[in-house]
Amino acid sequence: MSVYLRLYWEFFKTGLFAVGGGMATLPFLKDIGQSTGWYTYTDLMNMLAVSESTPGPIGINMATYVGFTVGGIPGAVIATLGEVTPSIIVILIVAMMLKKFRDNRYVNMAFYGLRPASTGLIGAACVTVMLEVMTGIKVLAADGALVNTFRMAGESLIKWPGVLLGALLIVLTNFVKPVKNWHPIVFIAFSAVVGIVFRFAGV
Amino acid sequence: MKVLWELFWTFAKMGVMTFGGGYAMLPILQREVVENKRWVTEEEIMDYYAIGQCTPGIIAVNTATFIGQKIRGIAGGIVATLGVVFPSVVIISILAGLITNFSHLVWVQNAFAGIQVCVCVLIFNAVMKLLKKSVVDKRTAAIFAVVLVGSVFLRISPAWFVIVAAAVGIILKNLEVKGK
Repeated sequence: MSVYLRLYWEFFKTGLFAVGGGMATLPFLKDIGQSTGWYTYTDLMNMLAVSESTPGPIGINMATYVGFTVGGIPGAVIATLGEVTPSIIVILIVAMMLKKFRDNRYVNMAFYGLRPASTGLIGAACVTVMLEVMTGIKVLAADGALVNTFRMAGESLIKWPGVLLGALLIVLTNFVKPVKNWHPIVFIAFSAVVGIVFRFAGV
Repeated sequence: MKVLWELFWTFAKMGVMTFGGGYAMLPILQREVVENKRWVTEEEIMDYYAIGQCTPGIIAVNTATFIGQKIRGIAGGIVATLGVVFPSVVIISILAGLITNFSHLVWVQNAFAGIQVCVCVLIFNAVMKLLKKSVVDKRTAAIFAVVLVGSVFLRISPAWFVIVAAAVGIILKNLEVKGK
């Protein structure tokens, strides 16, 4: 299958099953990277950082970025179109029966289960990237394997500079009064400076 | 045709101004589409936004499709959506190209290593915020926990978790109705 066709299909699926906005696409993007080998978690993290710091909805920025990484500008366009196609179809159908959809018992029932599942998926992505960024543990998935395997990569189990910066950021973004309402780009810029000063990449 | 162009550019503008995701979009959307253009009413936009959150896909895209189709049917829905994604495609393509060229530099690598920690925290905060809305009782807490653990350890497409969770939601709620 051509790369572009695969790209369109993977993002179509993402757009169809990711419920709850841009961040909900993250577990799907993680899965695409895993099953195709197009990019690593670390690549994905960098893309997410850029997507958070540039104008535009995060979900679309990430789709564009992944698409660009895989297939240049045509890839960027195709991935984005793939991601919005299900939205357009679903919304046009819903719009035709707006009242019925909003009051439908089954829709409400389904969302009772869907919402915590979507949060669980993002939570799992969060756990995986935290392990990657703050510890020496890598989550691997050999092709076709049912169970992810965890492996030590690098020399230290816990990357203390990352853990300390992470703890500081959690406090700043949640508990410090005027600071916590600042735009994420401020914290991203701050972390970039910390990363450069303390040589976070170890080079 | 003129209306379609207007739709495209209005939503392209919206795409540029949406800094940080769909949630940031609502106030700007209200000012532009309700107050300036008078395309839809305040109530309609709240409905669209609410439905946009609980239908699959990106919230900003869903809302754009909704407003577009209200004004010019299917073509309007498609044009508004293309408008809202247009700036992202342009800006990210340029940035991605630049970053690829500079990624071998040591300070760029260190900067991104720092940024990755921040991204972890941003995802963590998003999960915390979503938890408050989605985990409302013991059963939703169980669904959350099962999906979280399952998704970390098993290599199953996230789509399956979504499909099964929707079915579980319907079954649980039905049992609840019958139990009363």
